[in-house]
Amino acid sequence: MYNLLIGGAAGQGIETTAVILQKFLKNQGYHVLAIRDFMSRVRGGHNFTFLRFGKEPLYSHSNQLDGIIAFNEETIQLHNNELSEQGFILGDSQFVTADSRTIAVEMAVIGKELGNPRVTGSVAVGVVLKLFGIELKDTHKVLKEFIKEQYIDINEKALLKGYELVESRFLKEKTEPWDSIMLTGNQALSFGALAAGLKFYSAYPMSPSTTILEYLAGKSDETGIVVEQAEDEIAAINMAIGASFAGVPSMTGTSGGGFSLMVEALGLSGMAEIPLVVVDVQRPGPVTGLPTRTEQSDLKFVISASQGEFPRMVIALRNHTDAFYQTARAFALAEKYQIPVIVLSDQYLGDSYATVEAYDLAKVTRVDPLETADSKEGEYLRYRFTPDGISPRLIPGKTRNYVSADSDEHDERGFITEDAEIRNRMMDKRMGKLEQLKLELVEPEFFGAANFDTLLVGWGTTYGPILEAVQILNHENGGKYAALIFGDIFPLPQKLLREKALQAEKIINIEQNATGQLADLIREQTGITCNVSILKYDGRQISGEEIVQKLKGGN
Amino acid sequence: MSHDTFSTYTTAWCPGCGNFNILDCLKTALEELGKDPYEVLMVAGIGQAAKLPQYISANSFCGLHGRSLPAAVAAKIANEKLTVIVDTGDGDSYGEGGNHFLHNIRRNVNITHFVHDNQIYGLTKGQASPTSMEGMVTEVQVNGNTTTPLNPVLVAIAAGGGFVARAFSGRKEHLVSVMKQAIEYNGYALIDILQPCVSFNKINTFAYYNKRVYELAPDYDSSDKQTALITAMEFEEKIPIGVLYREERRSFHQKNPVLTSGIPLVDRAEHPDALNKILNEFR
Ligand SMILES: Cc1ncc(C[n+]2csc(CCOP(=O)(O)OP(=O)(O)O)c2C)c(N)n1
Ligand code: SF4
Ligand SMILES: [Mg+2]
Repeated sequence: MYNLLIGGAAGQGIETTAVILQKFLKNQGYHVLAIRDFMSRVRGGHNFTFLRFGKEPLYSHSNQLDGIIAFNEETIQLHNNELSEQGFILGDSQFVTADSRTIAVEMAVIGKELGNPRVTGSVAVGVVLKLFGIELKDTHKVLKEFIKEQYIDINEKALLKGYELVESRFLKEKTEPWDSIMLTGNQALSFGALAAGLKFYSAYPMSPSTTILEYLAGKSDETGIVVEQAEDEIAAINMAIGASFAGVPSMTGTSGGGFSLMVEALGLSGMAEIPLVVVDVQRPGPVTGLPTRTEQSDLKFVISASQGEFPRMVIALRNHTDAFYQTARAFALAEKYQIPVIVLSDQYLGDSYATVEAYDLAKVTRVDPLETADSKEGEYLRYRFTPDGISPRLIPGKTRNYVSADSDEHDERGFITEDAEIRNRMMDKRMGKLEQLKLELVEPEFFGAANFDTLLVGWGTTYGPILEAVQILNHENGGKYAALIFGDIFPLPQKLLREKALQAEKIINIEQNATGQLADLIREQTGITCNVSILKYDGRQISGEEIVQKLKGGN
Repeated sequence: MSHDTFSTYTTAWCPGCGNFNILDCLKTALEELGKDPYEVLMVAGIGQAAKLPQYISANSFCGLHGRSLPAAVAAKIANEKLTVIVDTGDGDSYGEGGNHFLHNIRRNVNITHFVHDNQIYGLTKGQASPTSMEGMVTEVQVNGNTTTPLNPVLVAIAAGGGFVARAFSGRKEHLVSVMKQAIEYNGYALIDILQPCVSFNKINTFAYYNKRVYELAPDYDSSDKQTALITAMEFEEKIPIGVLYREERRSFHQKNPVLTSGIPLVDRAEHPDALNKILNEFR
């Protein structure tokens, strides 16, 4: 397993260099995890990618670097203290550095010779591939995926040049062939939505959710879906609701700020019983906060957002596999229970790349087309009272029946009413749907030692870091740690939690926020108290190693 | 007029309200156009006017205050076979929903927007609306409304609206005729309908409008934008009613490559090959 850092200013091509390198490594059968750390600016600043690869599955990034690929001197200054003794710094020969670990390459000169200064990234890719003993295969094909046609040849030359400049230095790990795919969390989420049958996506640009809008827009023609950039988030969610009412699986996506504008309409989905999937790719708040960084601070907000009481479900994505399958599942649940389902992701997952086992499309249940067969004319009641509270849904215009939706309290036909008895029955009907939903909640994932005494709890994307931490700790400590990581988080699945809490001598909550929102939710719902919380809210994802340090530091 | 197809329910409107005529005219227009009520979707926000979908036999969507347009256009995008009509108030359309009003003119989805413009917030019992006249005294505007009223038809033409009309709930035949043209128009069609609120607006009454409205002359050229802009500005002493501006523009469905096929989105078969292709792109 190796850890690299590719850094420089915005606009220098770090991103492209990283993805090309990732792709070569993936093609070698390596597991790859690449985390983007970038500033909210278009030019300049300091941006970097952590790139980890190895023959085993990877769960977290690491600050213990084997190599730094520096596009500017600042990168070296900021990160050389994270570099191991045997590590290397790859940079242009013009950079001033006294560090003996430096591999200086005349990148600018090579660029000039080849006739384009922008090929330095490809020189670097060549150097790195050689250092790690990777054979060059399908070079042209890989470059073609990321580089414009007219620049492929020159970049290929640059890459080959870089490859010739150095000797192999690191052991090539022996990898097993596996059917891997490599994608970002936001791509995985978008793909999951498409697989479930998404036909309408409306959103207003907001980091870190914008790449969902862009990805789906890019796929709209070939998949036959409509993607619409709305005038604001209020429009975005009301559009998704309108389209869903008219019979097409719909989704909207945003980050916390946009979600704040959507809350009234969230209630409309609940009240009018119109299926809806809402994605919140979290970033640190409050308000504008840190636009390009990560946090898990919207949990309590999304589980309670909007006035009044209505059923909803919240699913937190833990990793790139969840991002696909759980987003797809969100559609099925929204449709089945006619409720809003909120998918909680964050910048860390949304922007990071990972290799995962290729998704099995057959495992995804596509949202069933609704009943369009002619039920008897005029007998249909949109909000009919049923034992489980779920009233059969028809598509307007498809049968000889009227379909209605109403944000006012309504009777079975969907007409405004203030009748006390109907009000009670309608509230009970809507909230009652949760009882059935609770039966199909997915319990949190449990891992670690069966005879643990310390139980770590977390939710969403701290999954990987906590998993790695547990592995390290149990390896060192002889098995005293285990963890429960929630994906389905609201309603809170309680069975496994209650069972494991009985065994735990100590429960430690780990979250990317300042107040310990999961610990609060657990206490509120179950009375179980976490002894302590490890909280991080600087906008950077916690790593497995950081968790280990914190736990050892007396927590 | 008898309305067997779009039969009525009892309403919660005040006797004498201008809304009754609008409802009546709408039913007539739909019947005369031979619309199948099962293929009509009435959309509204919240307000007195916004209760209209409850009083007509058709599909109905009564969503949030100010948010009828986004829901309506998306329903039309989902199923272009539906005749989608928004009937809602001036506060709903131009105040709470002002941003959607502007941008849906630009989006140009083929829906019809009937604004019951009573120049007041009716449901909340009489506060100034975006079209209330300056000086109007209410329990909130205690010293008289000091905010310049919005001229919605002028805004709509300026923003690029392809069908912009004004009508008066007291001129039923004329209203029916304009409504029919609006419903048949391929694109976003707006009618700002002057609607007396007998309970809260004591200025803009039936008598007030009757004295001022005049129908556009038969030779009025609704395709001339300059004339339209000037005519749209007339509001004080004389109020022109009729189709102020009309222009054929490409509708959302004609502009969006996914929708040009004419098969409603809701009826589309899935694209299983597309999914495998995407999976391979990640390999
Ligand atoms: C978000 C929100 N804000 C305020 C209200 C209260 N409200 C309901 S209708 C309305 C104004 C209605 O005026 P208009 O749209 O002109 O309709 P009218 O009643 O005059 O027909 C207001 C302020 C609401 N329902 N929702
Ligand atoms: S309050 Fe005004 S607008 Fe509402 S029903 Fe009464 S008269 Fe009509
Ligand atoms: Mg009004």
